Amino acid sequence: MSILVIAEHDNSSLKQATLNVVAAAKAIGGDIDVLVAGENVGAVAEAAAKAEGVNKVLVADNAAYGHFLAENLGELVAEVGKGYSHILAAAGTTGKDFMPRVAALLDVAQVSDIVRVESDDTFVRPIYAGNAIATVKASDAIKVITVRPTGFDPVAAEGGSASVEQLDVVKDAGLSSFVGEEKAQSDRPDLASAGIVISGGRGMQNGDNFKMLEQVADLMGAAVGASRAAVDAGFVPNDMQVGQTGKIVAPQLYIAVGISGAIQHLAGMSDSKVIVAINKDEEAPIFQVADYGLVADLFEAVPQLEEELKKVL
Amino acid sequence: MKVLVAVKRVIDYNVKVRVKPDNTGVDLANVKMAMNPFCEIAVEEAVRLKEKGVASEIVVVSIGPKAAQEQIRTALALGADRGIHIETDEEVQSLEAAKLLKAVVEKEEPKLVILGKQSIDSDNNQTGQMLAALTGMGQGTFASEVVVDGEKVNVTREVDGGLMTVALNLPAVVTTDLRLNEPRYASLPNIMKAKKKPLDAVSPADLGVEIAPRLSTLKVEAPAARQAGIKVADVAELVDKLKNEAKVI
Ligand SMILES: Cc1cc2nc3c(=O)[nH]c(=O)nc-3n(C[C@H](O)[C@H](O)[C@H](O)COP(=O)(O)OP(=O)(O)OC[C@H]3O[C@@H](n4cnc5c(N)ncnc54)[C@H](O)[C@@H]3O)c2cc1C
Ligand SMILES: Nc1ncnc2c1ncn2[C@@H]1O[C@H](COP(=O)(O)O)[C@@H](O)[C@H]1O
Repeated sequence: MSILVIAEHDNSSLKQATLNVVAAAKAIGGDIDVLVAGENVGAVAEAAAKAEGVNKVLVADNAAYGHFLAENLGELVAEVGKGYSHILAAAGTTGKDFMPRVAALLDVAQVSDIVRVESDDTFVRPIYAGNAIATVKASDAIKVITVRPTGFDPVAAEGGSASVEQLDVVKDAGLSSFVGEEKAQSDRPDLASAGIVISGGRGMQNGDNFKMLEQVADLMGAAVGASRAAVDAGFVPNDMQVGQTGKIVAPQLYIAVGISGAIQHLAGMSDSKVIVAINKDEEAPIFQVADYGLVADLFEAVPQLEEELKKVL
Repeated sequence: MKVLVAVKRVIDYNVKVRVKPDNTGVDLANVKMAMNPFCEIAVEEAVRLKEKGVASEIVVVSIGPKAAQEQIRTALALGADRGIHIETDEEVQSLEAAKLLKAVVEKEEPKLVILGKQSIDSDNNQTGQMLAALTGMGQGTFASEVVVDGEKVNVTREVDGGLMTVALNLPAVVTTDLRLNEPRYASLPNIMKAKKKPLDAVSPADLGVEIAPRLSTLKVEAPAARQAGIKVADVAELVDKLKNEAKVI
């Protein structure tokens, strides 16, 4: 068995999700190589080489991969990956974008969003927004898989000493080009890997009120998330959406404020260790999954929470 | 330009899904079915492109059992011009769906193909990307804005870090995210008119595609239920519990 893991990064640093994917690869078993594709990715390759359990790091450093365009990455990964038994990437928006292209180019199925490995060809994944958990067996010679990072504890970031090899495969499909981006700037931890997440829903009423959550978040070193309703209403940007079709989080502590607990929201956070819900409606479905429920008006409870936390933190 | 839209028949998103006691799948008997919500957004986007004079014809295609014609009729009522039903009772996985859609693309030669980003049953998020790869097209996935500009289309995409815009050569594939638009409801007169719009049925064999699933589902289980928690009286108790009982702060 030989496994190719596609690194998740932003050209300057390796994302933690890569370490979760390497952990999934270890669960499958076999030699693990990591492909770092991007532009000026020297530091990323170095970091990947230090990750626990990595055999070799392959580097494809070219402007064609600088913005992770799926058309170019798809061709690259299909070419490099065809000698492997498994190709794995994190199920973030980059992996979800290019991996199905890889599968199609190799004429194999893709197994999306796995949360557990049963054997080298059998994997567990949520379907129907997490209302059902399927065990699926893949029959293709090459298994193309996206991994839900929250399903696997990351391998150690340090301690490995993989070799680093430069590839000179340049794949520029010429179908697409990068126009621009609006990246949310935040000094808070990354939502997908934060240990504590505090999310607001429609009950927050507007974007300004999210400042209340941000103050609490900063006290606790938490990331701030949101429900779809809060994003759709324009309170906060799309990258904060937690749920079936947003980000999947599984922090130690998840605090849902003014969120009703629709199944599509639960799909993104119900694997959190401890769930707190603050909602003025005691019938809100969120209370069915909350370890600690507080029936209260959030406009009173959240400022109080900030004061109480100041006392103990 | 011609726009092709792929719509899938799935369990209605409001239905509480139940796993069958024999763990072979979820219970679909007597359950309300509907168009996948992301496909509704795809249809709406095509209709808006037509209203702007950018699209000239909207062809809608669905793969599935006879009953999938209901979803095609819904799309016709919303403003699509013509339907193609690829009829099969077999389970069609994303790779085969993409191959079937490729055959339709080769025949119809649309300038733009719009799909949902994800089916809410399989939660696969694959078909559009696979179709784009098989047809050699560029792809704008998870779109929150689509602007056709001559021989190119600019697609703003919802990505993990925020938003990203790409320019794609036409023909291209777009997959829809939630914020692309808000789908309209079909009016009664339009539902009546839709009954007369053309709808062709073909089989996978007619399109030269063999349905050969590569993934087999060994079992389907209900997720582990969370233990019921407690209600706290006030914020002070909450903080105390988090610190001294759960030990998470
Ligand atoms: C295809 C599809 C995909 C979806 N994907 C997602 C997804 O990824 N993520 C997601 O979150 N949703 C998703 N949804 C939407 C989901 O179904 C719900 O509509 C959404 O989660 C509701 O958000 P909410 O809880 O903030 O709003 P609401 O359901 O309106 O709930 C607001 C809550 O705030 C409470 N409240 C109001 N005022 C106060 C106050 N002053 N103090 C305390 N409590 C208050 C209310 O009691 C209520 O419970 C999806 C839907 C579809 C169809
Ligand atoms: N059986 C089908 N019939 C028509 N379109 C489909 C079918 N399966 C998938 N699609 C399209 O592909 C999108 C993504 O589906 P999936 O890759 O299954 O998550 C859907 O929103 C549809 O637009």
